[in-house]
Amino acid sequence: MTASTVCSHRISIITGHYGTGKTEFSVNLALALSAEGKQVMLADLDIVNPYFRSRERRNLLEEAGVRLISSAQSFSNADLPALPAELLSILETPAITGVLDIGGDPVGARVLARFRPKIIQEDYQLIFVLNANRPEVREIDGAITYLRSIEATTGLTCTGIVNNTHLCGETTGEDIRRGAALSAAVSEATGIPVLCHVAVEPLAQALGDLPEPVFPITIKMKKPWE
Amino acid sequence: MAKELWKGNEAIAEAAIRAGCDCFFGYPITPQSEVPEYMSTHLPKAGGVFVQAESEIAAINMVYGAAGSGKRAMTSSSSPGISLKQEGITYLAGAEVPAVIVNCMRGGPGLGTIQPGQGDYYQSTRGGGNGDYRTIVLSPSNIQEAVDFVQEAFDIADQYRNPVLVVMDGLIGQMMEPIEWREIPKRELPSKDEWAASGRKGRAHNNIINSLFLDPEICNAHNVRLAAKLAEMEKNEVRWEEVQCDDAELVITAYGTPARIALTAIDILRSEGYKVGLFRPITLWPFPEKALGDLAGSEHVKAFLDVEMSTTGQMIDDVRLSVLGRKPISYLGCAGGLIPSVEDMVEAARKALKEVQ
Repeated sequence: MTASTVCSHRISIITGHYGTGKTEFSVNLALALSAEGKQVMLADLDIVNPYFRSRERRNLLEEAGVRLISSAQSFSNADLPALPAELLSILETPAITGVLDIGGDPVGARVLARFRPKIIQEDYQLIFVLNANRPEVREIDGAITYLRSIEATTGLTCTGIVNNTHLCGETTGEDIRRGAALSAAVSEATGIPVLCHVAVEPLAQALGDLPEPVFPITIKMKKPWE
Repeated sequence: MAKELWKGNEAIAEAAIRAGCDCFFGYPITPQSEVPEYMSTHLPKAGGVFVQAESEIAAINMVYGAAGSGKRAMTSSSSPGISLKQEGITYLAGAEVPAVIVNCMRGGPGLGTIQPGQGDYYQSTRGGGNGDYRTIVLSPSNIQEAVDFVQEAFDIADQYRNPVLVVMDGLIGQMMEPIEWREIPKRELPSKDEWAASGRKGRAHNNIINSLFLDPEICNAHNVRLAAKLAEMEKNEVRWEEVQCDDAELVITAYGTPARIALTAIDILRSEGYKVGLFRPITLWPFPEKALGDLAGSEHVKAFLDVEMSTTGQMIDDVRLSVLGRKPISYLGCAGGLIPSVEDMVEAARKALKEVQ
């Protein structure tokens, strides 16, 4: 499995409910795509969270050759809903592989609406990240409600589900399998394919029997004591 | 029950709903805005009332009114917003109205920063407003504790007819962690009929909520009664945690996020052969003075290292009042939203131990 086969479109837009692990997946995806030789830009478009944003990993990303786009450095600790003008460089430069890390919920996804006219002209995929351990999306109905609300807010169509079921450091293979079952049910109800299951390296190896690829990650968005 | 993944602030709001919070009055401020946001959608569904007030001051006075009528009421904010609420909190204490106030602390002073801080320790533990009063201050260092404490806070407030603060640094409000919903200890709670201004209900007199006592004798007697209540809280409600203190030569004192970081630092220090432990106050008021004093008096403890997300240190004063000069106390702290690193703490601990060799 390569990141380029799972996320085969030029632009991957990462959305989902709060706390499903969008930023962790975005950072790992950007690093993996870069390691596969792509020219990668990661746009931190999270305007709803004041902490735990991909811009906090600027050094790590830039050392790995990923260009990080976020609000101006001087505002990086502000909670202003200001969008970086450089975002257009992802949308307008065909050589770039772009990962857009979007804030949680429809409210966080609203940032995409103004770029819709440009996004729909590009080769993009709107990814819905799902975590079966988050109470509001652990049932099929709740998950689909969030998915459809994000589509309605952005005016874009969701094209793939990523199962990122986790419990921070307490995640087990069982959690990921439960998330796989939920993702399959959401996929069956919506016709949207499951792209992959996300698992930290040690767990990934034991999940080879799942029907979709397993995307191995290492935790980058650590807490200060981890 | 299976664990669920929650964001701190949302979990706090859900915990309050589960504790029977009837009314929430709030005003947005980073990094606590998810509390009112969650309340706005979920509290009405649970049969409660959510009001986004026009200001923090309005919100705390709405709490005064609702809680004064016997309802379970709550507000939340972050540091500058909590400063604005102080007048309301002293009125709650003065009028003996129970309420729960959550402070998701950011760096100060003034508007400071939206990043996490612990500079509200004095404000939280010394009453905060005018007059002789204190509030019980519960300080969680993980989201499980946050949801447990918020639920308990309503009971504690009702038991003593006094406001209760749940105080944590912004990181705990913003981070995600697995939790489980578990039963909290049951308390015998007095009826509110004797004092709540909820209508006459056949009584011979009106219940009146008031903190104004113009007659000095009467006001003094009121204060004496409040002081007796504070003494009860000091006797019954002190909580703390000790980790690897039994043989510790150095004891780190810390609460909230720095206490989490200390645990990692202690693992590293222990692997290097240093005997280091953690003393974590869980109630910032009443402060676990006796327990810390006992440690200060034990032979094996050579020194203390206080760590806070504050430049000058604030809790360190209570540490000093407990240690009473018996052992040296050094300090590590930073403010402005910076968080002490594991490495900084390991280094400060090594240095503190070297100084007493």
